[in-house]
Amino acid sequence: MELSNVLIDGVRQAFGVEAVVFALAAIGLNIHFGYTGLLNFGQVGFMLVGAYGVAIMSRPCPDVAATQTAADQIGPCGEPLLLGVLVGIGLAVILALLLGAPTLRLRADYLAITTIAAAEILRFVFRSDTARPITNSVFGLQQFAGDFFAINPIPDGTYLGQLNYSQGQLWTMIVGWSVVALLTLWTWLLMRSPWGRVLKSIREDEDAARALGKNVFSYKMQALILGGIFGALGGIFLAMGTQAVNPDTYIPVRTFFAYVIIILGGAGTIWGPIVGTWIFLFLTSGLDTLLRELIEGGVISEAIIATEEIGPIRFILVGGMLALLMAFRPQGIFGNREEMLLDAR
Amino acid sequence: MRLQRRVPDRSRHPHLVTAGLLLLLALLLGPLTPASAQDGEAILGRVFSGSGTDQVRHPGVTLVATDEGGAEVASGQTDEAGEVLLALPGPGSYTVTLDASTLPEGLAPRGDVTERQATIQEGRQGNALFPLDEVGEDGAVVGGGGTPGERTFGDKLSSVPQLFVDGIKLGSIIAITAIGLSLIFGTTGLVNFAHGELVTFGAVVAFFFNAAVGGPGWHLIVATVFAVIFGALGGFGLERGIWQPLRKRGVGLISMLVISIGLSFVIRNVILIIYGGGTRPFTNYNIQEAMDLGPISIVPRDLGIIVLSALVLVGVGLMLQRTRIGKALRAVADNRDLAESSGIDVDRVTIFVWMLGGGLSAFGGVLLGATEQVNQNMGFNLLLLMFAGMILGGIGTAYGAMVGSLLVGVVSQVSTAFFSVQLKFVWALVILIIVLLVKPQGLLGRAERFG
Repeated sequence: MELSNVLIDGVRQAFGVEAVVFALAAIGLNIHFGYTGLLNFGQVGFMLVGAYGVAIMSRPCPDVAATQTAADQIGPCGEPLLLGVLVGIGLAVILALLLGAPTLRLRADYLAITTIAAAEILRFVFRSDTARPITNSVFGLQQFAGDFFAINPIPDGTYLGQLNYSQGQLWTMIVGWSVVALLTLWTWLLMRSPWGRVLKSIREDEDAARALGKNVFSYKMQALILGGIFGALGGIFLAMGTQAVNPDTYIPVRTFFAYVIIILGGAGTIWGPIVGTWIFLFLTSGLDTLLRELIEGGVISEAIIATEEIGPIRFILVGGMLALLMAFRPQGIFGNREEMLLDAR
Repeated sequence: MRLQRRVPDRSRHPHLVTAGLLLLLALLLGPLTPASAQDGEAILGRVFSGSGTDQVRHPGVTLVATDEGGAEVASGQTDEAGEVLLALPGPGSYTVTLDASTLPEGLAPRGDVTERQATIQEGRQGNALFPLDEVGEDGAVVGGGGTPGERTFGDKLSSVPQLFVDGIKLGSIIAITAIGLSLIFGTTGLVNFAHGELVTFGAVVAFFFNAAVGGPGWHLIVATVFAVIFGALGGFGLERGIWQPLRKRGVGLISMLVISIGLSFVIRNVILIIYGGGTRPFTNYNIQEAMDLGPISIVPRDLGIIVLSALVLVGVGLMLQRTRIGKALRAVADNRDLAESSGIDVDRVTIFVWMLGGGLSAFGGVLLGATEQVNQNMGFNLLLLMFAGMILGGIGTAYGAMVGSLLVGVVSQVSTAFFSVQLKFVWALVILIIVLLVKPQGLLGRAERFG
């Protein structure tokens, strides 16, 4: 039993590739939920279109000797990675427009249900056999981000001592956290601007903002698009970092995790999404390792907690955290109560 | 605005109540644990014809697994995806045999192979694939078999009546579960994301009384009665232990929506730990002979489900129209404040709604479990369809939820005549979004401003 592993695994996850993905999705969701008060439960849909935008544009082209799977492939392939990223972002903008047009005029709870429905529609369609020539259905697409790793200046090896990141992971993390930093700075500047103040006023009282002559629908749409693009960037990093996309990665649970993250860190705050990501991933993966070590070390017997029950226990912790935070400390750990007055009347 | 929300109330501790409830749940379902030890070795059988994107899966084909000694260890019928999971007693070599007499007409196993060998290692899952070919009357292979491209439009149309009936069945189950969801929304304004877990809860409780190792092994009908009672108690417990205290503290509706998501995580995973990840059938009404009624054929179980659901839906309708509590309920759903000021005990009505919703969801869960077996995720998978039915019909009303849910069920099933089975729920959700665009108040809802 090595309890130091708990710390190592927690830190490793809190800063790894997955953390970049969650941080990006959460920054986007923070613009929706934290600043504008949009109850977007389909953030994972934006991640999906971003990821597939890159994967489809840049996937390897089928050659003569290809497997049967790739033989009936249609659509673009072998395009430069940067074009794929742009397509992914473009798809997120289109999705935001399609999603926002019917739903942004509706009440918050309607928006929640339709956005989660839209994200599930996307997943169902992408994983169906009908879409196989383009998305390769449940098998997903692999090995499309070679260009990203080809420009990796970091020599082969493992890094940061016991954290044991590979050169590829380290490269993705450096690029990823730089993007996170840039987007955070951008969000900060935006929210200080008159534009950002209008968003907050919509969150506080939509009717008041409307009475002052602001086009509330247009502002909400802009917020949805911007946050959606950030979410798509999260999906793009997930796709590139793992060199793989699979529709079943993009399940509603991912959106719920992003909610836990921004509520933990404080919705409507600049550092909330990032701090929330660190705490969330450190706690969940730390707990995971802790339980494993305790079982392995014989402190907890297999009869009480079996190894396969660790996953569900982790989810119970996440769910309980979400419910209790929302009930007793909706402003999160560092948030400001004034920033979290969002509610339906 | 800030001050409004600071309503201190030290006497209530919802988290303690929640913890207590979960403990109770764990104790209640504790004896189930031995059954979950069976998770592990299994063979996934798949029956299909055609290839590539034209692949067609065939439901209702019986596969039997035998061990090396030739003893039958598991059998089952393929589901709509043409798949069946055969749970095995342990690692080893097994033979999976396809029962050719259960194949659809005009199809034969490719190369007449009806047996597949599989060696399963500990904790692993193996595959047994059975490709089929289309054969003529003389037994000669005529094609890849049943590809959609070869089906004429007439063929597709002729399968519609059968699919319509299947859709009514699915729609009735959704309707039964969605009434509670809709009434809870109508009376309290809460969008309950944990409603799917009430469905799962009902099915799992019935499974415990009916089929669990270490359970009493009662007949499904008795087990269903108990599941409904436990479901109603569960609804009561949730309202009394969590939602009522939260409302009294002045927690807002959006916060409560998010709390319900957290709660659904907790309940679903508690069920996962207790029940396990497997998909298991009840012991009654599994294998039945289909009856032919004109263009459709239906097994008595499914007919029973449709009749029972219709009875329950009519019963709920009568209750809402005729009884005192029903009228009070509609009044509260219509305008909570007005109802309260005219002397209706709103808290009592709300508790009644939760018990009704919990009981109905549990009943729906048992029906769903009877047609599609019991799984810890079944309720969550149904949740979006419930939402779709509820919004389609008009949010907050009972009749709207019934009409909308039936529509969702029928659209999903009938779409499979023309489009891929995998996309069947997509059409229901697409209709949901279109209806929201055109008539946001739903088909039966009153026009009011939802902006």
